[in-house]
Amino acid sequence: MTEALTAPYVLEYTYRRSMGPVIGRFLEGLRYEILEGVKTADGRVLCPPQEYDETGAPTTGEFVQLRPTGVLKSWTWVAEPRANHPRKTPFAFALVQIDGTDSCITHILDAKSPKELETGMRVRVRWAKEKRGTIQDIECFEPSSPILLGPVHLDFSVMPGVHQTAYLRGFEQGKILGGKCKATGKVYVPPRGASPVDGQPMDEYVEVADRGVLTTFTVVRIPFEGQKLTPPYCFGAIVLDGSDLPFYHLISGVAYDEIRMGMRVKAKWKPREEWETSVENILYFEPTGEPDAPFESYSEHL
Amino acid sequence: MSERCAVIGIGQTEHRESRKDVSLPGLLREALFRALEDAGRTLADMDAIVIGTAPDMFEGVMMPELFMADALGAVGKPIFRVHTAGSVGGSTAVVASHLIQHGVHEQVLTLAFEKQSEANAMWALSPAIPFQPQLVAGAGGYFAPLIRSYMARHDAHPDAGPMVAVKDREHGLLNPNAHLHLTQTLDEVKAAPMLWDPIRYSETCPSSDGAVAMVLANDKHAKGCKNPAWVLGTSVRTERTFMAGRDQVNPGAGQLCAKDVYDQAGIDPRKDVDCAEIYVPFSWFEPMWLENLGFCDPGEGWKWSMEGKTRIGGQLPLNMSGGVLCTNPIGASGMIRFAEAARQVRGTAAAHQVDGAKIAIGHAYGGGSQFFAMWAVGSKRP
Repeated sequence: MTEALTAPYVLEYTYRRSMGPVIGRFLEGLRYEILEGVKTADGRVLCPPQEYDETGAPTTGEFVQLRPTGVLKSWTWVAEPRANHPRKTPFAFALVQIDGTDSCITHILDAKSPKELETGMRVRVRWAKEKRGTIQDIECFEPSSPILLGPVHLDFSVMPGVHQTAYLRGFEQGKILGGKCKATGKVYVPPRGASPVDGQPMDEYVEVADRGVLTTFTVVRIPFEGQKLTPPYCFGAIVLDGSDLPFYHLISGVAYDEIRMGMRVKAKWKPREEWETSVENILYFEPTGEPDAPFESYSEHL
Repeated sequence: MSERCAVIGIGQTEHRESRKDVSLPGLLREALFRALEDAGRTLADMDAIVIGTAPDMFEGVMMPELFMADALGAVGKPIFRVHTAGSVGGSTAVVASHLIQHGVHEQVLTLAFEKQSEANAMWALSPAIPFQPQLVAGAGGYFAPLIRSYMARHDAHPDAGPMVAVKDREHGLLNPNAHLHLTQTLDEVKAAPMLWDPIRYSETCPSSDGAVAMVLANDKHAKGCKNPAWVLGTSVRTERTFMAGRDQVNPGAGQLCAKDVYDQAGIDPRKDVDCAEIYVPFSWFEPMWLENLGFCDPGEGWKWSMEGKTRIGGQLPLNMSGGVLCTNPIGASGMIRFAEAARQVRGTAAAHQVDGAKIAIGHAYGGGSQFFAMWAVGSKRP
């Protein structure tokens, strides 16, 4: 048997469409980003407008200007667009009910993923940059959010004050300084500009130990915006030996389920050559291995 | 004090994770017109507006009360903003009640709000400040160590907190305004992940958008109303953040605030209070505040929670609306407590009504357990 013959053949011609008074006006409007519907005899609004409604009755010729927004009534995701599809990248075919109308327009909907789409969601028209009086003057629909982004950026200088500065300078030398309250003799870490008891500055500095009792703690397992540390991490309240109220720092060097109230801990310092003017010169506090402090010894610090 | 003060109208929004259907003024107007309608009043009848919301960083709008003056009907009238961190909803209502009680105004509109979805409170509460490690991790990060301290101090059964979560979520099912409508078993609560050990996801409050408004009136205006909630006592108390020996589990300011309210109202918290709406953003704060507010002795709170004494129908129903554990528009959360207490004594709490409630407490706290606001309201004119 001889092989059947085959040859490529292209049939191509540009027809000239008469749009008529209704569709014609609709498409002409799109050139100017005007979206219109038409009223039916029974008072409904159709968009796209038609010369007649689905019962065959003529529409009224009364046009209604519409806002370029609507509701997604139904959609199907096109994950692998074909050559003749209107977009090269994945998109959805969509039925959109323009606000103020009683019918749907078929068009395409731009989204990164079908996860962004939900029947009933608000969508808006994205107009084509160049318009030719065709339905493609609407480039596509896109999800519409009522949210306006409001970025805020504030620049500050942090001035820790005289006593906090003295405290931070202490860290440059590997020392933790507290301030003695004149009224009570209690030692606060860091020293305060005003004692909570008599309002006097705590300008008598005393060096406290870089070890103490972990009174209470939490293990943070929740991520959040602006977080510098990667969860999980533990921080706790430590009453350093020689001080009288808790100071907060990270607890590490021990399994989380072995961390306990009353555990004796000591500072794990960064290598000296990395020291800066910062509490971060201490990487974290770790167990000393000493016996736990009895509850009564630190219960007033909770 | 020359005048009596009563709550004659209450309005709340629908509370949800995101009320992106309304603007900030739109959210407030939803609550305020409901309150005015409830009171049978119009904006024109209001002599002054007292508004509260959380710190501006939470929404990123500086002094929103001024930009919303016209939306709140405040043009040509006094408007005051109250700032007391998380307790603000409560202290705002207290300030409004004082304007009435001291004869400054006859009818005052007070409201509180938060649109958490516009921002990120965790971010706003957790700044990474120079010279120190970023340790703070939201409100839960601050309060988790205090909860651990409470549990250790009183050797509390570990199920007490989870049982509060179960109870408040059950109560929330009765309240159509609640943000969360969840059915949760004790096992489900305990199986949830720890966010800030020992606080589980299931034992923490949601992040909500919402607003609440109340119309407060003096004797002259309240007399004609069907079911006013009379203000019997109000108090706001504060304490230091950093103080050697400060008891953060059972703060002195909270005790003073409660005593002040009971003394003004002439009531015994263990005998005369029918129910209370108290600020419990994390489950364990129910037993902690039960003790702090003097409803029971220290160490007894967790037992009360476990014994069901705080359920509707129990000895002292707490957070009948589902509380902060079901609805948390931060700046409004305190005033919702105050308003829900008023609903109870007005007999308008619908499905979460405590039968025959005559005296109820509204309570709020904020900051590092250092700002407290509270009121007692009653069905009988004092």
